[in-house]
Amino acid sequence: MSADSKAAASTEPAGVSPQVEPDEHPRSSPMSIHDMTVAYHRRPVLWDIDYNTPPGNLIAIVGPNGAGKSTLIKAVLNLVPTVSGQVSFFGEPYKKQRRRVGYVPQRSSVDWDFPVNALEVVTMGLYRSIGWFRPVTKKHRQAAMAALDRVGMADYAKRQISQLSGGQQQRVFLARALAQEADLYLMDEPFAGVDAATERAIVAVLRELKDAGRTAMVVHHDLQTVQEYFDEVVLLNMRLIASGPVGDVFTEENLRATYGGKLALLDRVGHRMTLSGGRQ
Amino acid sequence: MSERSRATGCRDRSLKPFGWTGWKARAFSGQRSSRSRLFSCALLCVLLIGIANPMSVNAAPALEHEGASLSRADIEEESKPVRSSFVRILTLQDHTTRTVLLGTMLLGMSSGIVGTFMLLRRQALVGDVVSHSALPGVAIAFLIGEMVSPGEGRSLTWLLVGAAVAGLLAVASTSLITKFSRIKPDAALATVLGVFFGFGAVLFKVVQEIPSGNRAGLQHFILGSASTMTSGDVSLILKASAVVLIACFLVFKELSILCFDEDFASTQGWPVTWMDFALMGLVVAVTVIGLQSVGILMVALLITPPTAARFWTESLSRMTLIAAGIGGASALAGTAASATIPNLAGGPTIVLAGSMFFLISLLFGTKSGLIGRWVQRSRTEHRVGRDHLLRAMFEVIEARLGSEETLELDQLKTEAVSLGELTRRRSWSGLRVSRLLNRAFTDGDVSLDPTGAWRLSATGARVACRAVRNHRLWEIFLIRSADIAPSHVDRDADFIEHVLTPEVIEELEGLLARKDPRVIPPSPHPIPPVEAR
Repeated sequence: MSADSKAAASTEPAGVSPQVEPDEHPRSSPMSIHDMTVAYHRRPVLWDIDYNTPPGNLIAIVGPNGAGKSTLIKAVLNLVPTVSGQVSFFGEPYKKQRRRVGYVPQRSSVDWDFPVNALEVVTMGLYRSIGWFRPVTKKHRQAAMAALDRVGMADYAKRQISQLSGGQQQRVFLARALAQEADLYLMDEPFAGVDAATERAIVAVLRELKDAGRTAMVVHHDLQTVQEYFDEVVLLNMRLIASGPVGDVFTEENLRATYGGKLALLDRVGHRMTLSGGRQ
Repeated sequence: MSERSRATGCRDRSLKPFGWTGWKARAFSGQRSSRSRLFSCALLCVLLIGIANPMSVNAAPALEHEGASLSRADIEEESKPVRSSFVRILTLQDHTTRTVLLGTMLLGMSSGIVGTFMLLRRQALVGDVVSHSALPGVAIAFLIGEMVSPGEGRSLTWLLVGAAVAGLLAVASTSLITKFSRIKPDAALATVLGVFFGFGAVLFKVVQEIPSGNRAGLQHFILGSASTMTSGDVSLILKASAVVLIACFLVFKELSILCFDEDFASTQGWPVTWMDFALMGLVVAVTVIGLQSVGILMVALLITPPTAARFWTESLSRMTLIAAGIGGASALAGTAASATIPNLAGGPTIVLAGSMFFLISLLFGTKSGLIGRWVQRSRTEHRVGRDHLLRAMFEVIEARLGSEETLELDQLKTEAVSLGELTRRRSWSGLRVSRLLNRAFTDGDVSLDPTGAWRLSATGARVACRAVRNHRLWEIFLIRSADIAPSHVDRDADFIEHVLTPEVIEELEGLLARKDPRVIPPSPHPIPPVEAR
């Protein structure tokens, strides 16, 4: 992290924002996390995460189950409370940069029996730019339709969402985020349990995003495709094990450190903290 | 899609030549939404007129005196027969009838709409907590009112304010308990409901024992009674319902994203917590204004209409409209019935009317209603039975002729098959085979000659060929692509062959290089010949 942030600091003028120190939160980085710790029910699941996202890259977040990959994304988006640390997006707090950050939640996070069709779900990605009390117009529906078309789902626009396959539902979620036209996308397991057509469609979208100079951070569990799909990798297991270009970081040694049993100690300490009332 | 939408799509395409395939659907949706917005505007206008009207009614001097209302007490005093009062109510002859009916109808509509969002937010029981918890609020407001100015305690506005405060307090304590303790939401709801309702029951006893005071009508907050409302009460309910309806109309989009995906809404910058509060506020508002006419059963009027509506549509906006309609209709029907028939409590009648709608929807609903599902299942069973029977006849004939060539339709039609051959072929009971044969006879798939031999008809032979072909294509696919032993594929294919769509068949044909639809592949596993008896 340090080399990265120093380079950024030297090119950026100082004093970007009064609350954040410029060399910790460079404006050029789409997302920078400084010293973030997250606890669920007073049990720490992420310890002292420091990470600066390089712009214009496809980044995989990799780690075993329970490593805190989804929690990392939810924590930077303020969906779960953090115990400590700061996060900034494009050099500013999240609240000021919401529109530039797109979020693709896990498919299982919603009730797919909800009475809406695919197009209406995608339109929800535009509700914020439509604003309070204003109706959805034809223009917005066209934009949503274009987003659906980008993921190859235009033919299913009028389908009720419970009648879509798992992969199609995932593509609808992706389209909803695309409709927002963000600069940074955070995706939570978009490849989990999808068919081959969906996987191809998502990869194509990721490449498109990269070509347009945008950044995507993707929670990914398939180690075999990391090198093929992504430029950068973040290895995570309760703490940040390693991060950087796939070629440098995605090594056997680092993977063993991520998936191996070396962190049993951290887990045990976490458990003791739960019992004794925690760090909160 | 209809003829009209196609026309719209074409016109659109000439204006904006988009390359992608979804333009048709998009054009159609744009069309429909502008129409539905027009409809909504019209609805709003009606509402506004509705608010204006009862106020002018209130100004009429004839209705100024206390208790002027359509009431069965009045009707009984004048000792008119029930039948004529029924006619009077149905024909909306006096202003008060109209106002009361309009008021409860608006109440039913707004509770249907608010209930839709409660249901989708999975908080159906919150309405129950609010309505039960409102009781102590009503009692305390009454007691305070009596203290301030004895005899004037029963002012509806203050009673409702008391109810609202108590209801909000109950909702707030539920969420606080859930947040800061290990108690799960359902237990928290039940606990709060019990505590508040128990307290309310005690306070009501206290109120009963106050020597003087105009406490008549307080007990109606339990079971509800539209007929004892004064015109002032009605106009308050009318105005409040109209406000709730308009609020729901304005934040429809915001509420739908909140209910569908709270986390996503929050990342988009919607103030989710406040929106949740606002939704709770709407629930409290609807429940409280419904307390007097429906009572603590308000929860039923909140939740029954949307559950019924869900059986008719897959679209949120239509579900909301249908729920509003059902809510309005049940409130109307219940109020009219309780006003006409003596000793019929208002609330329970309204709820029963709503339950009728629910029952009808559950049975006849077009979206997975029970009867629709039953019809669909029996249709499938019929089709499966037919396919099995005809395939069995095909296989009997094929085994008997023992030819290597594909059977010709004519051969299939001339060969006779006996009942015994079929029972042995499929190890079916004789009863089952004769039932299947009888139905196939009615459908015209088989014919019976006087000697008791069954023959396939032209249609029957065609269906048999298709069934056998699908069955064997799937078997071959399983053996080649899924490495399943030939002796096992017959049973597997038995289930799949009926659900193979033409597209899948086409794909299978491509995979297995079998294009000619007339050629039926030989069975990949031996079919033993059945000896005729």
